[in-house]
Formats: sequence, structure tokens, C-alpha cells
Amino acid sequence: MAIDTTTTREILYNKALNEALDEEIARDDAVFVLGEEIGVWGGAYKVTEGLLEKWGDTRVIDTPISEALIAGAAVGASISGSRPVAEFMYQDFMGIAMDQIVNQAAKNRYMFGGKAELPITFRAAYGAGTGNAAQHTQSLEAWFTHVPGLKVVTPSDPYDAKGLLKASIRDNNVVCFFEHKSLYGMRGEVPEGEYVVPLGEAAIKREGEHATVVSWGRQVQNALKAGENLSAEGIEIEVVDLRTLYPLDVDAITGSVAKTNRAMVVHEAVKFGGFGGEITAQIQEYAFDYLDAPIKRLGALHSPVPFAEPLETASIPGVESIEEGVRELLRGV
Amino acid sequence: MANKRKANTRGSATKVPVMPERTTLVSMYHAMQRIRRFEQTAEEMFKSARMRGALHFYTGEEASGVGVCSALRKDDYITSTHRGHGHCIAKGGKLNKMMAELFGRVTGYCGGKGGSMHIADLDLGILGANGIVGAGIPIAAGAALGSKLRGEDTVTVAFFGDGAGPTGAFHEGVNFAAVRNLPVIFVCENNQYGMATNVRDSNAGESIAGRGVAYGIPGEIIDGNDVFAVYEAATKAVNRARAGEGPTLLETLTYRHKGHTVHDMAKYRTKKELEEWLEKDPIHRFRNAVLETGEIDQKTFDEIDRDVEAEIEAAVEFAEASPYPSIDTIEQGVYAD
Repeated sequence: MAIDTTTTREILYNKALNEALDEEIARDDAVFVLGEEIGVWGGAYKVTEGLLEKWGDTRVIDTPISEALIAGAAVGASISGSRPVAEFMYQDFMGIAMDQIVNQAAKNRYMFGGKAELPITFRAAYGAGTGNAAQHTQSLEAWFTHVPGLKVVTPSDPYDAKGLLKASIRDNNVVCFFEHKSLYGMRGEVPEGEYVVPLGEAAIKREGEHATVVSWGRQVQNALKAGENLSAEGIEIEVVDLRTLYPLDVDAITGSVAKTNRAMVVHEAVKFGGFGGEITAQIQEYAFDYLDAPIKRLGALHSPVPFAEPLETASIPGVESIEEGVRELLRGV
Repeated sequence: MANKRKANTRGSATKVPVMPERTTLVSMYHAMQRIRRFEQTAEEMFKSARMRGALHFYTGEEASGVGVCSALRKDDYITSTHRGHGHCIAKGGKLNKMMAELFGRVTGYCGGKGGSMHIADLDLGILGANGIVGAGIPIAAGAALGSKLRGEDTVTVAFFGDGAGPTGAFHEGVNFAAVRNLPVIFVCENNQYGMATNVRDSNAGESIAGRGVAYGIPGEIIDGNDVFAVYEAATKAVNRARAGEGPTLLETLTYRHKGHTVHDMAKYRTKKELEEWLEKDPIHRFRNAVLETGEIDQKTFDEIDRDVEAEIEAAVEFAEASPYPSIDTIEQGVYAD
């Protein structure tokens, strides 16, 4: 969807999300938001700021610190006719609600013979780089991609954040919508008018001929910076922003690999068992003949996210490690 | 072994509360008998290897589900448990679709993809049986929240067992419902055992209903084998919820005649204990009480019994004549279009 530059302004990622919520509450009487500190406080990252004042406490529900309740209430409200958007302050806290997300929300439709409809959006902040230590910085997206019945979305910039959140809320499925907390303060172009970014469609955020870098969330921004730096060396990478991890846009990945013949996956989650393994396997299954080199994976080291800044920075991929990864990929290392 | 939890006298069958009108009496008996015979038949099917899977029988607890659901409207909601056949039937579930589901057939409530523990009928407000102990409690709070936000006057009942009393889900769900004054009735069916663990070894405090004090909501212990007492307490709680006065916590004292599952011989309890509870069989008590008043005569009871037998027989025939779902539908129904 092309951006109409005449009506575009630059806003922050969290403001783009805020606009999406505001517009969807206005659009559909069934939509309401619930979560911890989303009303009076305005959300830990100010995504819901001003919504309680504007819409009142029948559309914006402050809950106690009860994550299983938040998810369970979303299940009960959705199956009886509402369209809840439930916020978990941190993705790390979703562990407490995992039964409701995995055994209830994800499975009810199937277990009930395909009849039930649970239009739920579970929002959560994730990712490292903020000095919040091991229980507030994880990237657990792979957990959710492994559960049939869930869709998984993670936008990398304000434009996608708004368009994907609106699409997620309108979707009649359970969508886990993950917002990288280092991106909340990112400024980017967002149209004034109505638009939606469809789920399940990746975006080529940078075109290039030498190597494909597949990523999502904040690491897309790092890959784009690495792309600029590598360009000075004469290396042009193509950055595929998955945007939706499930359903996965396999064609976008294989199409790019067919063009560049080399692929690297970058994510902030722990490398071992991460979603990068799935991407690698998909490329091997559907684009093996195009490959001129083994697929490379960059991910976090095998530790909880450490607190000390030099350690935290070194534990996850960054611009430099992406650049070095691409050089190795081109050398066939 | 006598249970430390004593039903209050208001819930006793010897002092019949207000006798419901005749049509209600007939439907109560019909529902209890449908539950009893459905499960006895399912047990026969299982033991003759015509059916597989997990079966958790509600036999002996019929008055609890029927008493509560008799106080509900069709558009009210319930969440149920792994021991959910009774709740589903009490809320109006169709025996042929339930039986077909237990047989794993395409004509079952879930098209054969759910089985005994996942029967749901959204048209009847049955938001699902549930294989996870306690999980229905936050869901019920959510359904009640939804009713309130949508401006509907529907109420929700969360059925759960004493085994759910110690779960975090119980606390999170009841606390939120109380904080938000939601139209929900929490019905703890205390059948004395969670698998082999006696309630006194799993739940602290004198009673589960007693926790109502902590949440600032009414809590009441009821003789769960007395359908009239359950009906009266549930009616009061439903009226309260519908009037916007908030949640109620009921604890129906009852007993499962069978083991935890169809495989369980229940050797962890004494023969004497079982016999004492069999004496308090809710269906026998109902018959005796109602025959005494003359509201329903023996002939009518016999007619109802015959109707139930015919319905059960037809349900089994319907189920066994139905095909399994097709293999190529395995991945269908996971996502909405």
C-alpha cells in the first residue's frame, strides 16, 4: 500500500499504535482494550494514553495484576461477542497466562469443531536493549509461532505498527502482536488517513542483489543500517521484513533468495531453537537450488539477557554483527 | 469418613424449600435422568470397547448442575469442566450430538475433534467444557465482563470442582469479578475429591464458599444433592447478578459415585463413605420428595424414563451410524477465514 505523501506526518511508533487503538474503538462497538495500568497510567509505554479519558471505562478496562485473568477474560468476552485487545505489559509476563493463551484461546475454535470465533489481539512489549534485565527483555516469539491457532505479528516501524495493529484487531483469529520496546520511541512516516497492512505479507524494506537478510521487529532497523554501511563497500543486501511470523510469507523469502542466492536470518531471540531455524528450513525446502552458500543465522547468545550494558549489547545481534555476518556469508564462511 | 463441611439446614432435603412449579419439576427430573442414563450408557460403550478416550462421570452430582441451570435463561452462559456432561445436558445439550462427539464422529458437537472434555454449544450459551482445571473461571469472568460492556442482561455461571479451589485462576477470576461487580455465579461443586486427593488435603480453610468473605461477595454452602436447595440458592444468585449486584460464590456439597475417570476404581475411599453418599442419591431423593407431594405421579415418572431411554437409544444409533471426520479435514477449523 503506497503512502500518500501529501497527507503523511512523522509520528512515534507508540503513537501510531495509540491511533490504531483509538480508530478501531471508534470503528467497532465490540472493540475494547484491557490490561494492567492501561487506563489511568496510560500503559507502561504510553500506547493507551488518553484512551480512558476519551472512551471511558466501558472501552478501556484497567485490570489487576492478573495475567491469567487478562487472557481468560479476553477468551470469555470474545467467544460471547466482543473483540478484546488485551495488553501484557511485558511479553515475559505472558508465561503466567500461557494456559489461557495456548490451551484456551488458540484451541477453542478447533476443539469446538471450527464453530467458535475468538477475535482477540494479545499485545505485548518485548526485546532487549533497555537495561531491563532478564525478566523484562526476552524475545519469545518462537513460543507462539509453535502453537496452531495463533497468528504472530511484529512490526518494525510506525507505519507497519499502525496498519498491522488495525488488521490484527479486525482479524477473526487470536493474534499475538509483539511490539519491540526499543522501537516505541522511533519516529516514522504515517499517513493521516485510514489504511491497513494485511497480515501474512512480508515487505522488502531494502532492495539488493548480493544477499538476503530476513528479519523482524527491531533487528530490521539494524539490518537497514547495516545495509547502508555495506553499500559503501559495494555490497547490496536485500532486507525482507517478515512483519507477520505466522502465517509466514514464504514466497517473499524464497523470491528474494532466488534473486540473491545467499540468505541470512537475524533475530534478537536466542539463536538455539529460535524462529530463524524455521526460516532456514523453509529456504532449504523451497529454495535450496538457488543457494550458493550455507544459510547463516544470527541470534542471541545462549543466556538470559544480562543487565550490564556491554554484556547486554554483546549478547544480541547489532549493526556491526550483521555487517560482519553478511561479509562472512559472501565469503562463504 | 465424615466431611468437615456441613451443609446448612436451609439446604437440607428434609425441609423442602419452595417447591418449584410442576413444569420446572418435570424438566428437572428429565434433565437429571438424561444425565444419569447418558453417562451409564457411555460407560457401557467404553467398557465394550465401542468408545475410547477420557470419560469423567458426573454421576451422583446431577442435582448441582440441574439445580443451577434451571435458574438460567437459554441465553445465559456457562463454563464447564472436564466433568462436564452434566452441565451440558442441564443447559439443554442434545444427547445425539453429545454421544456422537464421545464416539469421535463428524456429527458430534465438535465434529469429532473435541471429544468428551471439549463439548460446547454456543447457541445454548455453553462456552465449553474444559480439560484444564480452573481455566473456566477467568473465562466466565470474561463472558460476564462482555455482557456488561455490551449492555446485555445475561449472566454467566462458572462451574468448577474442589480441585480448582487451589488454582491461581480461581483467585484471579473471582477477585476480578468482585472488583468489577460482574454478573457471574461461581459454582464450586465440591465432590470431595480431586482425583485421589481429599478436599481437606487440597484446600485450606473451613470451606471454599467461606472465601466469599475475603472477596466481599456472598458465599453459601448448599446441599448439592438437593436440587431444590441448589435451585433456590442459584435463583437468588442469578437474580442478584442480573440486577447488577455482582457475583456470588456457591459451594454445592456432593459426591461422584464413580472414580475420577472410567478407569479409576476409587480405592482411596471407603465402601462405607460411598454407601452413605449413595443413600443421598439426588435422583432418588427427588423422586421421593415429589411423589410425596403428589406433584408428579409414578405414571409420569415412568413416562419420562421411557422417553429418556428412547432418546439414549436413538443417540447411540445416531452416533454409531455416523462416519468419522475425514482425514483431510485435520488442518481445517484451526483459523477463521
